Amino acid sequence: MIQVRNLEKRYGTGSTVVHALRGVDLDVFPGEILMLMGPSGSGKTTLLSMLGCILQASSGSINIDGREIAGLPESRLPALRLSHFGFIFQGFNLFPALSARENVEIGLRLKGIGAGKARRQATDLLDRVGLGDKLDKIPADLSGGQKQRVAIARALAGDPPIILADEPTAALDSHSGTAVMEILASLARKKDRTVVIVTHDNRVLHYADRTVHIADGLIVDHTSQEQAA
Amino acid sequence: MSMLAWKNLFHDRVRLAVTLVGIVFSLVLIVVQFGLFLGFLDTSSNIVAYSGADLWTAAPGIPHVNGGTPLNESLRWKALQVPGVRKVTKFALTFVNWKLPAGSTESVQIAGYELGSGMGGPWNVVRGTESDLAAEDSVFIDELYAAKLGIRALGDSAEVTGRRARVSGFTHGIRSFTTAPYIFTSFKNAQNYARLAEDQTVYFLIRLDPGVNPEVVRSQLRQRLLNADIYTNEEMRRKTMFYWVFQTGAGVTTLMGAILSLIVGAVVVAQTIYSATIDHIREFGTLKAMGAANWVIYQVILLQAAISAVMGYSVAIVVGEFVSHSSQTGNAPINLPPWMAAATFCLALTMCMGASVLSIRKATQIDPAMVFRG
Repeated sequence: MIQVRNLEKRYGTGSTVVHALRGVDLDVFPGEILMLMGPSGSGKTTLLSMLGCILQASSGSINIDGREIAGLPESRLPALRLSHFGFIFQGFNLFPALSARENVEIGLRLKGIGAGKARRQATDLLDRVGLGDKLDKIPADLSGGQKQRVAIARALAGDPPIILADEPTAALDSHSGTAVMEILASLARKKDRTVVIVTHDNRVLHYADRTVHIADGLIVDHTSQEQAA
Repeated sequence: MSMLAWKNLFHDRVRLAVTLVGIVFSLVLIVVQFGLFLGFLDTSSNIVAYSGADLWTAAPGIPHVNGGTPLNESLRWKALQVPGVRKVTKFALTFVNWKLPAGSTESVQIAGYELGSGMGGPWNVVRGTESDLAAEDSVFIDELYAAKLGIRALGDSAEVTGRRARVSGFTHGIRSFTTAPYIFTSFKNAQNYARLAEDQTVYFLIRLDPGVNPEVVRSQLRQRLLNADIYTNEEMRRKTMFYWVFQTGAGVTTLMGAILSLIVGAVVVAQTIYSATIDHIREFGTLKAMGAANWVIYQVILLQAAISAVMGYSVAIVVGEFVSHSSQTGNAPINLPPWMAAATFCLALTMCMGASVLSIRKATQIDPAMVFRG
């Protein structure tokens, strides 16, 4: 479970200070798919970055499974990210020189998994996202949807309990976007993973258990799937 | 992370080629310059290094072994009276003109020694024997200089200060640091060629009894030979080497060349590794976002630098060996002993990995949040 209380993020000081987040309170429950929506500059990605221990809070609290992370020193955050989170980025952020399998392997090798085992697990993950026949292709030889599926496999490598996805369908056509969301939702639910997705894409809303709307650094609305129905 | 380092390096083959060219160019230049320097160290003082003497007696204040002036023979008998002195022989080393059969002249250095003394004579003799030097006009020259001296075969003659010089033997690899090659002959012949008086020599070479302390003997010799300087063989070697290699500036020039090559190589490598790091900055940001510690980033960058160093060195050392081998038949050898090859490898690694420091700084300053910007 993720608990956020009165979270603030400020850039700059004095008269030029910018409030990216202004006192956000949010609970993210285990196994739920939560979508963060809002206009550009509303603070969605900032919130996602802070949940993922990539950005540090100016003030407030972030508690993950009973552990307070908001005040942790920078040096301890990489280990936390490695053990708790898998990331999916809008621009895929695959390593262009590595094959699809190697891109997934690298996530496993970072977690200390040996080369042989990492290779087997990477093959299995890519099979699960429907890329069993693209193991040795480099990103340049893959379509946008295929790249994002490699990114999903990489994010799932090592079984992190929380997946954070920043606009995973933004760079994809509707067919590919739907396919990616199907895979992400299915794999998340299978292992009861928590998934937080930042998105503008209304087409994918129905995959969410809950939707949170952010504007000007504040949560303005919560909508659960039942309420939406 | 070695996989990422390898793959990133070979993914952009053009950049890799540029990096390798820079490394190879730099290392070959270093090998050539430093090899020349080592060659200079050898040739500048080889006549002393191979003299077989323990001590040298010379006129006061000579700058180096090639700048000797005449000494009176009577000093020999005084030297022989000093306890610990086993043998004192005469040695003449002086510049004279060699007149080629065609009529032109070349400057040479006559090295005249007492036959059978075991001191001051030629080494690496490939044609002829010492007994051949007993003849009145007999000399040995080095194969390297045969063409320069107008000699085509054993038995050919030239003229030295109006006297015939008949080549009765050849040596191999005895170079002179100056443009004047060494011409070995008997001491008597040398006196004639150098127009030394009968009671004159240029040096006395002294062999000591086994186990004797050279400093003790030298101290006693100084007390007896008031108008002479006494040097150990090593002192004479260093004095001569220092003069030719450093005071003339020849050695400093080659060393400066080697240092400049190192700087050029480091700059080229630093620039290519830095630009590669910038090109891959998003990947490093992704690694950090995924939870990679900084040392993982260092590992990738340093590995890339090390792989580049090994690849560049492999090519450079082959080129360097070829250049060194080719130079052995010339006047200015480029020496490449095994220790220098090993040192060059260490230098290549240090240069490349040191050049990647800027890249490491850049990569570790990445804000992992940058991966969220499209």
